[in-house]
Amino acid sequence: MTKSLYGAKEASGIWIYLEQSQGQLEGVSLELVGKARELADGRGIPIVGVLLGDQVGDLAQEAIAAGADEVRVADDPLLRQYTTDGYARVVTEIILEGKPDILLLGATPDGRDLAGRIAVRLRTGLTADCTDLKLEEKSGLLIGEVWGFGGGVIAYIKCPDNRPQMATVRAGVFAVPKPDAARKGKVVNVPVKLSEKDIKVQVLEHVVGGGVDITRAEVLVAAGRGCQGDFTLVNELASLLDGEVGWSRVPVDEGWVSRDGMIGQTGYTTRPKLAIVCGISGAFQFTVGVEKAETIVAINIDAEAPIFEAADYCIVDDMFNVLPPLIEAVKKARGGNGGR
Amino acid sequence: MRPLQIIACVKVVPKPEEVKVDTKTMTIERGEVRSEINPPDMNVLEMALTLKEQHGGKVTVIAMGPPLFEPYMRLALAMGADEAYLLSDRAFAAADTLATSYALAQGIRKIGDYDLILCGEESSDGATAQVPPGIAEWLETSQITYAEDLEVLSDSKMVKAKRELAGGYEVIQVPLPCTVSVKIGANEPRFMDMERKVWAEADGPVTVWAASDIDVEAEMIGLPGSPTIVDGLAQAESTERKREFLEGTPEEQAKVLVERLRPYL
Ligand SMILES: Cc1cc2nc3c(=O)[nH]c(=O)nc-3n(C[C@H](O)[C@H](O)[C@H](O)COP(=O)(O)OP(=O)(O)OC[C@H]3O[C@@H](n4cnc5c(N)ncnc54)[C@H](O)[C@@H]3O)c2cc1C
Ligand SMILES: Nc1ncnc2c1ncn2[C@@H]1O[C@H](COP(=O)(O)O)[C@@H](O)[C@H]1O
Repeated sequence: MTKSLYGAKEASGIWIYLEQSQGQLEGVSLELVGKARELADGRGIPIVGVLLGDQVGDLAQEAIAAGADEVRVADDPLLRQYTTDGYARVVTEIILEGKPDILLLGATPDGRDLAGRIAVRLRTGLTADCTDLKLEEKSGLLIGEVWGFGGGVIAYIKCPDNRPQMATVRAGVFAVPKPDAARKGKVVNVPVKLSEKDIKVQVLEHVVGGGVDITRAEVLVAAGRGCQGDFTLVNELASLLDGEVGWSRVPVDEGWVSRDGMIGQTGYTTRPKLAIVCGISGAFQFTVGVEKAETIVAINIDAEAPIFEAADYCIVDDMFNVLPPLIEAVKKARGGNGGR
Repeated sequence: MRPLQIIACVKVVPKPEEVKVDTKTMTIERGEVRSEINPPDMNVLEMALTLKEQHGGKVTVIAMGPPLFEPYMRLALAMGADEAYLLSDRAFAAADTLATSYALAQGIRKIGDYDLILCGEESSDGATAQVPPGIAEWLETSQITYAEDLEVLSDSKMVKAKRELAGGYEVIQVPLPCTVSVKIGANEPRFMDMERKVWAEADGPVTVWAASDIDVEAEMIGLPGSPTIVDGLAQAESTERKREFLEGTPEEQAKVLVERLRPYL
């Protein structure tokens, strides 16, 4: 057996890697703090956040308000931006010092970049992209639920011997906890032993922000290849319903839109009340990202499209024929209600 | 410019729509299932071949898996790869990402010369995206995940790429050797060359290595080398849906739909 750098006997606590970008915590990090709090309650397990960056200390209180008992902060100008080498080094040091039992990270591009690297460095097991987390009743071991084979199969994974038990979780899987500003916690500044030559990664350009967060949308209108790059009607319907616009993988691959609104296995997990899905065939990899919706409407020209198996209301027709009268009917209905 | 030594990590996966769980034994029924090259790894092959066209050099395919992978290695040769190595041994079976990345890394060490190790963003069956950073760590290379627009700067021995972020992107430059995970859909994979296909099927250089052929420690590969274990399987239960098909002209359908959606309006 490949031995981890420390063992179960020395390990304690659920730790969460608090990912931040440009001085803002990723929502998924707070979701994980909230879930960890829920798992820990009644078991007396401490919840510890790990926060890296440049002048990011203020964010520690946000994690505490969300449920953390303690936050370890590594603050250094060299950590201003995420780099695999810089971050992997500092996080590994913090982990080896604190010896957590469980380490959770958001399954964001940077979170997965880091998790895969440090799991090998620590010689431990990593359950990637969990859709749920539990603690086993007797042993207290972490059980990660994952979807395999394109979504048809669920597997429960655990890591009995090696520590930390690592897992990544996608944004939107757990709810964001209600912040409790009165919560008290400890903030520990950890010394950063980094020099410029430790960081070989040069960040030449860094562009983020401005995108909408479809994981929180109550109404989602989604389009796929069937829209042929024309989102006009989809945008109109979404704004009429105070909703957001999402899409399948194809519009991203075709270069029509960015990845911000991509739904599915390699995109976001959404949980809207209403999803209206237009011109999307309904591959597993897409459907896993909307199947938590309360109600799903599918509009597809092909009566055999698998999306209809996942829908409550099915319209077999060209989306460009259906959306204009639908927009009119929604306008009328809302007008009749006196709007909102 | 110096020719490039490129390793392409290519996995063969069951077609996702054909996989079922035997709910009695809780095992995955793979018997009748057809396989394919993991679709993101087609983007790997395309990127490897494009870079070879730009810089000269060699594209070597590596995979770890059962003997059924072999014909797919030949498809990669037919697309344009130069040679292929298949790590195939019962001892490699049931590996998690730690053991998989270790075995692949040791296979790559045995191949020897490499500037770039290209992997897919994720596999459609494992879907962890964790093997590429794992290989990078075992081999102590730099890494770029979710990469597209790869540019090799041979003179400075660097590689530059656009890399996807949550809600954005960055452009980074790192030293070679580098392990890259190629963003799904980063390019349009080419078709097989039919003349090469004939050659690849008859004489294509595919080498099969057993565990004893590469330098691996028995307790670090396969099931023993995997810290994670599968504790149970279940067929995903989909939410019960009404599946009501609306009838009539688009106007009539719109009207009925709005009635049904009242609570959300
Ligand atoms: C590892 C991996 C990960 C993946 N991750 C994701 C993911 O996260 N998200 C995702 O979405 N996909 C993902 N995919 C891709 C997925 O398998 C499908 O290829 C993709 O979802 C298809 O997108 P689509 O439905 O828009 O396009 P298509 O499958 O091409 O379907 C287009 C549909 O539009 C219909 N149509 C065409 N014209 C019209 C019209 N005028 N009006 C109405 N209907 C029309 C057609 O009948 C068809 O059903 C992944 C694939 C792999 C291998
Ligand atoms: N058994 C394997 N053989 C070859 N390459 C692999 C194997 N497993 C994973 N990979 C590579 O790692 C990438 C990501 O896989 P995964 O971490 O399983 O999602 C794949 O796209 C492949 O390039």
